[in-house]
Amino acid sequence: MSQPPVEIFRFRLYVAGDTQNSIQALANLKKFCQVYLPDSHEIEVLDVFQESCQTLEDGIFMTPTLVKLSPFPMIKIVGTLNQSNIILQALGLDTLAL
Amino acid sequence: MANATTTHSLTSNKVPTGITGFDEITDGGLPKGRTTLLVGGPGSGKTIFAMHFLTHGVKEFQEPGIFVAFEEAPKRIISNFESFGWKLNELTSDQLFFLDAQPKPDFIQSGSFDISGMLAALEAKVKKMGARRIVFDALDIVISLLPDAASRRQEIYRLHDWLLANELTGLITTKASREEISSIDQQSFSFMQFMVDCAVMLNHRVIQGVSQRNLRVQKFRGSGFDEDESPFVIGRNGFDVALARTLGRVDAKVTSERVTSGVERLDTMLGGGYYRASSVLITGFPGTAKTTLSGAFAEAACERGEPTMFVSFDSDGTEVIRNLTSVGIHLQRFVDNGLLRMISARTITGSAETLLVRIKTLSKEHKARCLVIDPVSALSKAGNELTANGVAERLIDWSKSDGITLVCTSLLDEMSGQTDGGSPLQISTLADTWLHLNYLVQAGERNRGMSIIKSRGTSHSNQVRELILSDDGVTLADIYTAGGEVLMGTMRWEKESAERVANEVAEVAAQLKKVSLDAEEAVLEVRAKSLQTELVAKQVEKTLLQRTTESREREQSRGLERMKELRGADISHTGKKVDKL
Repeated sequence: MSQPPVEIFRFRLYVAGDTQNSIQALANLKKFCQVYLPDSHEIEVLDVFQESCQTLEDGIFMTPTLVKLSPFPMIKIVGTLNQSNIILQALGLDTLAL
Repeated sequence: MANATTTHSLTSNKVPTGITGFDEITDGGLPKGRTTLLVGGPGSGKTIFAMHFLTHGVKEFQEPGIFVAFEEAPKRIISNFESFGWKLNELTSDQLFFLDAQPKPDFIQSGSFDISGMLAALEAKVKKMGARRIVFDALDIVISLLPDAASRRQEIYRLHDWLLANELTGLITTKASREEISSIDQQSFSFMQFMVDCAVMLNHRVIQGVSQRNLRVQKFRGSGFDEDESPFVIGRNGFDVALARTLGRVDAKVTSERVTSGVERLDTMLGGGYYRASSVLITGFPGTAKTTLSGAFAEAACERGEPTMFVSFDSDGTEVIRNLTSVGIHLQRFVDNGLLRMISARTITGSAETLLVRIKTLSKEHKARCLVIDPVSALSKAGNELTANGVAERLIDWSKSDGITLVCTSLLDEMSGQTDGGSPLQISTLADTWLHLNYLVQAGERNRGMSIIKSRGTSHSNQVRELILSDDGVTLADIYTAGGEVLMGTMRWEKESAERVANEVAEVAAQLKKVSLDAEEAVLEVRAKSLQTELVAKQVEKTLLQRTTESREREQSRGLERMKELRGADISHTGKKVDKL
């Protein structure tokens, strides 16, 4: 977990209860992390129905939304996260593809 | 609920938008606790409509509202709306909350999503502030991000359910699907139309370079509505829907009060002047003194102390005043004391509808009781032919219901012709009083004639009068008809003087005749007197004669008796016998 050169990717996934999209997104994210970021990721799941005020503050309107909190810059990816190449590109991990 | 029968309960099922005209068209406003779809092309006024609806709720009903902006940043919206004087800055976020839901430029999408997050966030907000009204502006932006028709449909449905569950009166705006730039596909668009309880279409066309905006209520579940397209204007006070007169509207108060036309003899011709709050149409060719007649009306109105507005399309206000001064109509003094407001509408560009709204706004500001529009035919300038009729109709309707006495002039051009006598706007049928001015060319002169073509509810002269403009003002003169020909101007003057001479001659002749008759009478009287004297003399003579005869007879008989006596004859009984003897 604490190998200095390896950056930890901290993710927060906003889900809308147990809706289909949200369940899919969580599953896709876990799979993605296992494949590309083993041992260098943290996932926080936030249910918008439970934390609606924070959702509003964070400006999350579409669910599911994945937010990369660190490393800088923060990015948001909306959707079920079913396309790994798009996520790799967004995270700047293109080199890891294939 | 929606099938409630009485007007009152129907109205209570509606949420007023505060948009002039729209609440009348829909008989109260948007359906309460339901969803309304507002469809229109870019720049058709969707956001303004929506904002009008929200601010009206906050200001008039203390109903907090939420504005969900998908297309524009709330800050920009607020500053854009400053020009309407709604003072959005003064509203707290508890009264009017803006949610910036624009998809960010760095938006990354992978796979399908839903709007549950937003709805959850909004729900918390709605509960917190007690919002009653909500607007989703440009929903098509977010819907179009969804990958397939099924998920689009699902999200629309989700939103609809959410609105119903929260008992919010919702307004969803979206770009029209007919437009090329629409980002929403036909399928989800028509699905939305079926789903909502009320659908309103806005369209914005440019006809011969003039922008024309129209609004149409396409559907309204459980309520009657005006189905026609109604023109609307985005004016200084926001959204203003022109309302054609619909059935069931309370008629304006009808008064039998008369107001002077400013020309004394015209008042006499009309049996006392125009009716208050009536509409007067003055038609005529250029230069037939239409402006002068309306100027006389304005002057008279100001003299009564009534705020008056003079809208001139032809020339500048100061020009009108100067020109009218030459015929003894002095308006400057009323401009100075604020009673009269001159508006030069030549500078106002835009559709007939825009002009009407401007005129209405200005007239409200001025609290005008009398209004002159010179000429109203300017409304049907290029590009406005289609709408001008409706505008003229509404102009008359509006002035009537506001109790404003309206005088319009209308130019008759060669095209519309004098033969049918109609003004280009067909407002001649709507106007209460119609004065027609024309020229009569005769003996090298052009003279102005005026006649009353119609005047509802007043007895009026059917004679043509000559209109004379002089330094002292406008006067009407009788015209002469001789041998079926109408005489005016110099010919009338000649006729008048000829008649005066003829009168004098006749008078002298009569006097002469009288003198000679007097003389004859005197002669006869003298003769009668002398004859009388003669008669008396004759009578005297006759009496004398008779008396002489009698006395002679007496003498004779006496002489005979005497002779008898002397002879000793028997005494006779009668003279005759004696005589015979």
